[in-house]
Amino acid sequence: MAKHHVTTTINGDPVEFLCTPAQTLLDVLRDVLYLTGSKEGCASGDCGACSVMLDGRLVCSCLVLGVEAQGRSIETIEGMAHGDRLHPLQQKFLEHAALQCGVCTPGFLVAAKALLDRNPDPTETEVRYWLAGNLCRCTGYDKIVRAVLDAAAEMRGN
Amino acid sequence: MNDPRTIGLTERKLKIVGTRPLRPDGVDKVTGRAKFGADLHVANMLIGKVLRSPHAHARIRSIDVSKAQALPGVKAVITSADLCDLPSEFIPAGEMMVNYRDMTRNVMAREKALYEGHAVAAVAATNEETAAQALKLIQVDYEVLPHVLDVAKAMEPDAPLLHEEMYTIGVEPKPAKPSNIAKRVEFALGDVAAGFAQADVVVEHEFTTVPVHQGYIEPHACLATVSEDGQAELWCTTQGQFIVRSFCAKLLGMELSKLRVTASEIGGGFGGKTVVYLEPLALALSRKSGHPVKMVMSRQEVFQASGPTSGAKIWVKIGASRAGRITAGEAVLKYQAGAFQGSPVQPGCMCAFAPYDLENVKVVGFDVVVNRPKVAAYRAPGGPIAEFAVESVIDEIAKRLGLDPIELRLKNAAKEGTKAAYGPKFGPIGLVQTLEAARSHANYRVPLKANQGRGVASGFWFNIGGDTCATLNLTEDGTVTLVAGTPDIGGSRASLAMMAAEELGIELEKVRPIIGDTSALGYNFLTGGSRVTFSSGMAVVEAARDMVRQLRERAAKIWEIPLDDVVWEDGCARALGSRSSEIKPLSLADIAKTAGKTGGPIVGNAAINAQGAGPSLATHVVDVEVDPETGKVTILRYLAVQDAGKAVHPSYVEGQMQGGAVQGIGWALNEEYIYDENGRLQNPGFLDYRIPVCSDVPMIDTVIVEVPNPRHPYGVRGVGETPIVPPMAAIANAVESAIGIRFTELPMSPPRVLAAIDAKLASQSKTAA
Repeated sequence: MAKHHVTTTINGDPVEFLCTPAQTLLDVLRDVLYLTGSKEGCASGDCGACSVMLDGRLVCSCLVLGVEAQGRSIETIEGMAHGDRLHPLQQKFLEHAALQCGVCTPGFLVAAKALLDRNPDPTETEVRYWLAGNLCRCTGYDKIVRAVLDAAAEMRGN
Repeated sequence: MNDPRTIGLTERKLKIVGTRPLRPDGVDKVTGRAKFGADLHVANMLIGKVLRSPHAHARIRSIDVSKAQALPGVKAVITSADLCDLPSEFIPAGEMMVNYRDMTRNVMAREKALYEGHAVAAVAATNEETAAQALKLIQVDYEVLPHVLDVAKAMEPDAPLLHEEMYTIGVEPKPAKPSNIAKRVEFALGDVAAGFAQADVVVEHEFTTVPVHQGYIEPHACLATVSEDGQAELWCTTQGQFIVRSFCAKLLGMELSKLRVTASEIGGGFGGKTVVYLEPLALALSRKSGHPVKMVMSRQEVFQASGPTSGAKIWVKIGASRAGRITAGEAVLKYQAGAFQGSPVQPGCMCAFAPYDLENVKVVGFDVVVNRPKVAAYRAPGGPIAEFAVESVIDEIAKRLGLDPIELRLKNAAKEGTKAAYGPKFGPIGLVQTLEAARSHANYRVPLKANQGRGVASGFWFNIGGDTCATLNLTEDGTVTLVAGTPDIGGSRASLAMMAAEELGIELEKVRPIIGDTSALGYNFLTGGSRVTFSSGMAVVEAARDMVRQLRERAAKIWEIPLDDVVWEDGCARALGSRSSEIKPLSLADIAKTAGKTGGPIVGNAAINAQGAGPSLATHVVDVEVDPETGKVTILRYLAVQDAGKAVHPSYVEGQMQGGAVQGIGWALNEEYIYDENGRLQNPGFLDYRIPVCSDVPMIDTVIVEVPNPRHPYGVRGVGETPIVPPMAAIANAVESAIGIRFTELPMSPPRVLAAIDAKLASQSKTAA
C-alpha cells in the first residue's frame, strides 16, 4: 500500500512521517516515530491506554488514522514534563503511589490533564466519570483519584 | 527443596522499612519512558502473527503452508513440527504444575485444536500487513468434532473426549475408560458425618462461577533474536524471565545457557504471565528466518487464547451448633481446567475452609478439561472460587443463628496452633485481628437504607517462597546497585531497595534497584504467589548482611584490629575496644573508595530457597445498594482489612488490597466469558467483557494489620493475592442482606439480579393470591 506523507506537530515540534492509509495514529506514534509512551491495550477505544490530545481534544489514538494528523497538533505523554520538571499530575501520581504496573499510567495522565485543563476544580465524581474511559487493573482507582484531586488542588494554588 | 534457610525477626528500630518513599522506577513510568513488552524495536525486525483455530474442537488433518511461504515478504512459517514433542511430565511452576507434553500442544496445536483461538501455525514477515495476508493463505484441513464447555457436562460418561489417553488420577482402581476428569483430590480431617450429627443448623448450596480473565492491560508481547550459532536473546513481558527460559529452551530443544531472557516492564499479570504463548513461537520463527521477530497479541487473542481462571461448580455444606461453633464443613469442587489439565482445584480445596478452626472437614475436588483456553494462574488461584461458596454458606449460618457475621467468624477463626484441614499447623496468623479491626471500623456502623445491605467475608491465601537470588554491587563512590531476578509488577523495586538501605544503614536514594536478566543472576522463581517482597526481600537482606560482613573485614584490615572489634552501625564501620576513641568511623563511601587496595570489589550475594512464607488473611466489609428497577448493584462503600505481617511500603500494600478488591468486584458483578453454541467466544474485548471502571467503584478503605511473620527478617508476609479472595462472597452476602435473595451464581450482573427480583415478586404475588 502506498504511503502518505504527513506533516504535523507533536509536543510542539514539527514532525513529518510516512504512513499507510490503514495505520492508526497510535501505530505511527509507536512504530514509526518510536514514541512508545502511548500504549496499545485494546485497539478498540475501550481502555484509554493510548490517550493523546489532538488539537486540544482527548482522543484514543488507536481510533484516529495516522493521515488524520495532517496539519494538526498532537500532545503525548512524552511532552508532559518540562525539562527536568514533572507536571504536577506526574508528581502526584508518584507521591500517592497511584500506579502499580504503570502501563495504563500514561493514558491516565493525559486524560487527567485534559480534565484539569477544562475543569480545575473537579469533584471526586467528576474525576471518576472523566476517567471512566481509562482502564486500570492494578490499583482499584482509589489512589489515582486521590492523586488527580490533589494535583488539582496544588495547581489551583491551595 | 535444598538448603532451606530462615532468618529471625530483626529487633532493631526501623528507619526506612514502613515508610512511604517515592518508588525508584516511578519517573520512567509517569513519563512514558519505561519499556514494556511491545515497546522495543530493533533493526531488521520481522513481525510474527499466529493463525488460530476457528473451531472449539477439531482434528487437524493437514496444514498446507506453501502459499503463505511463497508470499513475498514472508520469511518463515512454523507449525507444531517446528517445536519439540515432549513426554508427559509434571514440573512445578508458580502455584501450579506444568506438563511439557501439554505446554508444547498449547502453544501450537498438534493432533487437535482444542479451543477457539488455539494456535495452529505462525508466520513472520517484513511487516504486519504481509504477515496478516500470509495467515489467510495457510490452508488447514479440520475435521470438526463435538465440543464441551460446561464442567458438569464434560464429566458425563458420553461427553466429547478432549484427550483420548487421559485417565483420572487419584481414583482407585484406575478407571477402565479415559475421561475429561484429569484428577480427583481429597482433603479430610475428623469425621464429617459425626460433625453434622452434632449440628443444630445445617446449610448447603450449590454454586456456579464462570471463567474470568486476569485482564492485565498490557497484551502478551515479545521480541526474539536467534543467531546462526544458536545463541538467543528474548525480550518479553513476563512474571518470570527464568521460567520463560526453562519453558522455551525445553520447547525448542535449546541449552538453557544459550538463551538469555530479559523481562521487560510488565503491564500487569495477576498470574496470567506465568506461562508462555508467543515466546517459543517467536524464537522458532527467528531461528528459521535469521531475523529478530516481534510478536504482540491483540486484545481478542488475549481473551481467546490466554488463560482465564476456571469456571466451576461447587457444593458446600456446613453445620453449626446453636452457640455458633462450626461442627462440620464439606465441599465438592469441580473446576474447569480449559483444554489441558491443571486447574487450581487443589489449592481451591486446600483453602476452602482454611480460615477456620474445624474438627471435621472433607473437601473433594475434580480437575476437568473442557474446550476452552487452558486456565492460567489468577491471583490466589482456586481460592476465590472455593471461598466464595464457603463464605456465602457461613453468612447464611450466621443469619439462621441470628449471629453477627463477624462474631460467628471470631468463634471459629483459625489462629496460631490451629491445624488446617490441608495439613499444617498455623504459625502466627492474623484472621482474628482483621475481624476485630473490621468490627471496630466506622464503616461497620453506618446506617443502611432500603435496598441497601452489608456483607462480610474473610479470605485466606498460603503465599510461597522459593528459589531466589540477589546481588548488591558496591560501586566506587559508595552507592549500591541492587540486582533482583523477580520482575517488578507493582512496586517491588521500592520494597527491595528499602530493605537493602535499611540493612546497610544508608539513604534509600543510594540504592539503585534493577531487575536482572537470566544471565545476571542464578535461578529465580517467578513473581507470583505473593512471594517477591518476602523472598527477594529475604535474599536482599542476606546479600546486604554478606556485604556488611565484607565491609567490616575491610575496616578491620585497615585498622589492623580483630574483626570482632568492628561493628556496622548507621552506614559506618565503627571500632570497639580500647582504641575505639581514636579510630574515626569509616563510611560505606570511604571503604568503597579504597576497596581496590583492601581486597578488591565488594559484592554482596545471596542465593537462597526462601522458606517460611506466612499465610495472609483478610476480612472485607462491603455495603451495596440494589436498584430494584434495573437489577444494578452499586458498591456504596468498601473496607478491606488484611494482615501484611510487616508493610514494607504501606502505600503499595494498600494498593494490592484496593486493586484485589476491585478485581473481585468485577468478578462478582460483571465479568464473564460468553460462548455461543459453537464454542466461540462472543465477548473477546473490553467493551463486552466489562472490567470495573473508575466510575463503578468508591474509594476502597483499607486497614493494614501487622502480625509479624517470624520467618522473615522484617516480619513480611505476601499480600498480593489474598485481597481477591473475599470480595465475591462479601458482595453476595451484602446483596442478600439488601434484597433477601441468595445469589449462588456469578456474576450478579443486572439482568441476573433483575430476573431474580422478578421471580421473587412473582412467587410472592402467587402466594398472596
